[in-house]
Amino acid sequence: MDTPALEVVDLVKRYGATTAVTGLSFTARRGAVTALLGPNGAGKTSTIEICEGFRRADDGRVRVLGMDPVTDATALKPRVGVMPQSGGVPTGARAAEWLRLMASFHASPIEPDLLLDRLGLTSAGRTPFRRLSGGQQQRLSLACAVIGRPEIVFLDEPTAGLDPQARMATWDLVSALRTAGVAVILTTHHMEEAERLADHVVIIDHGAVVVDGTPEELTGGRRDVRFSTGAPIDSEALRAALPEGGSVSTVTTGDRHEHTVTPDDPDALGPEFLATVTAWCASAGVLAEDLRVRRRTLEDVFLETTGRELRD
Amino acid sequence: MTEHTTGTATAAVADAPTLATDPGLFTPAPGAAPMWRMVAAQAGMELRVMLRHGEQFLLTMVIPVLLLVGFSLTTVLDVGEGARVDALTPGILALAIMSTSFTGLAIGTGFERRYGVLKRLGATPLSRFGLLAAKTLAVLAVQAIQITVLGVVALLLGWAPTLSPLGVLAALALVLLGTAAFSSLALLMAGTLRAEATLAGANLVYVLLLGLGGVLFPTSSFPGPMEQAVSVLPITALASGLREVLSHGALPGAGAFLVLVVWTAVCGLLASRLFRWE
Repeated sequence: MDTPALEVVDLVKRYGATTAVTGLSFTARRGAVTALLGPNGAGKTSTIEICEGFRRADDGRVRVLGMDPVTDATALKPRVGVMPQSGGVPTGARAAEWLRLMASFHASPIEPDLLLDRLGLTSAGRTPFRRLSGGQQQRLSLACAVIGRPEIVFLDEPTAGLDPQARMATWDLVSALRTAGVAVILTTHHMEEAERLADHVVIIDHGAVVVDGTPEELTGGRRDVRFSTGAPIDSEALRAALPEGGSVSTVTTGDRHEHTVTPDDPDALGPEFLATVTAWCASAGVLAEDLRVRRRTLEDVFLETTGRELRD
Repeated sequence: MTEHTTGTATAAVADAPTLATDPGLFTPAPGAAPMWRMVAAQAGMELRVMLRHGEQFLLTMVIPVLLLVGFSLTTVLDVGEGARVDALTPGILALAIMSTSFTGLAIGTGFERRYGVLKRLGATPLSRFGLLAAKTLAVLAVQAIQITVLGVVALLLGWAPTLSPLGVLAALALVLLGTAAFSSLALLMAGTLRAEATLAGANLVYVLLLGLGGVLFPTSSFPGPMEQAVSVLPITALASGLREVLSHGALPGAGAFLVLVVWTAVCGLLASRLFRWE
């Protein structure tokens, strides 16, 4: 139980002249959800495909359930569930027959009809894969990943392009996997998903781990006060009014000014701090619109660590 | 939309077990099924997908039957000496074999590679050997159906093959060897070219071999050098070999077997070296 479900140490992957993964390390536990979070091209899919045995590492070490994904592939495959980013099913195969085929590869699979029912796919059972909606295709792919009762599953962007209902169904399934003791490794660039689901978040950029920890550790449990105004305010005066020091930052979009007030001491953000801010607004004749006390989110951490420039 | 009805149904039936209340569903119990069960299941899937595919059914069933019936009943084509159906049937059988083990297999596998199916199957306990075995079984099953259907149609048209036990064995050996040669060529194309190129190439090769390979008439009606050239084609070897056995009651020459063995060896070796799974 002490061996991690997944151990990645100093992983390197090159494609020709470009290095997609540059010395990446992290571990994942059983019965926990580990989210690999990063901008497009950060190296998430390369990393996960090396763990799945689809690609070979150029350097470093990967151990899945203590085994090498390439040399121990035969022993490992029955124990690992895989959901690729897209496709993987012949366009003419029907949903239920394909899931039954996947079940027949395993010694004690989940009853396919039961799993279809739990994922709301029963009515689509006889539909060819190409005629399923995007959400149904994703859920079928997810069902295929878990049907063999694996010990570890790799989900590559499991909720990309899903509508809210389908996303909730996927989150329920991931939570159930965790409760059952399965190690779940998923990639996403959906912050809310990582925040809601993950026990452990690994933020990756330019092929290496930038930060790594529980969502609470990463957000530091910090809060701030945000409000917006239709005209600029005197930020310096507001900062001076804060009792125990803090900072005021402003982002201007068109004629909206969005202000973030953060106390230096995280524990200082109580009712009095909020009262100080609103009292200052009242004295300055400023109407604070959309006023709220907000926890710092993973998205804040993500943008701080990976920067704001666009990737492709 | 199905998507929406499904969503509402789940929400309405609040008492039904959900994923959250039934986590025992996912308690790990990993293990691979026995090899024979995996191969049988995969072969069944391959067979169903092949038979369901409209264009492929046209190519494997409709076209050979139409050619057989059409050219047996009309005299628009000089098919050589003897009763028309006797002269035509061996070549049509060879064409049917080629349509499944070459054209159908190449196109099917090419698109499976393109849609990530081969890669996805690579992550299951089904080994590559198991996948190849399943594809082979499915191809042979389709061919058994083709030979049965074409045989019955030909007999109805008055086909009177000269059959000896040794001749049947020789014909069977030719069919299996032809299947191996065509399948190797199919996998070589599907595993190295883009899916669209495989689609175009496989159809082009089918039409060329149909015209050149002694399917509808013996290649002896070609001028000498051309007859020499086309005799090394796998379709010519299969068609002329089957014609020797079924129409003339003779055993096929070693040349036909040699041509098929060489095609199998060369394409099989290249395919095993060059095949890319994604």
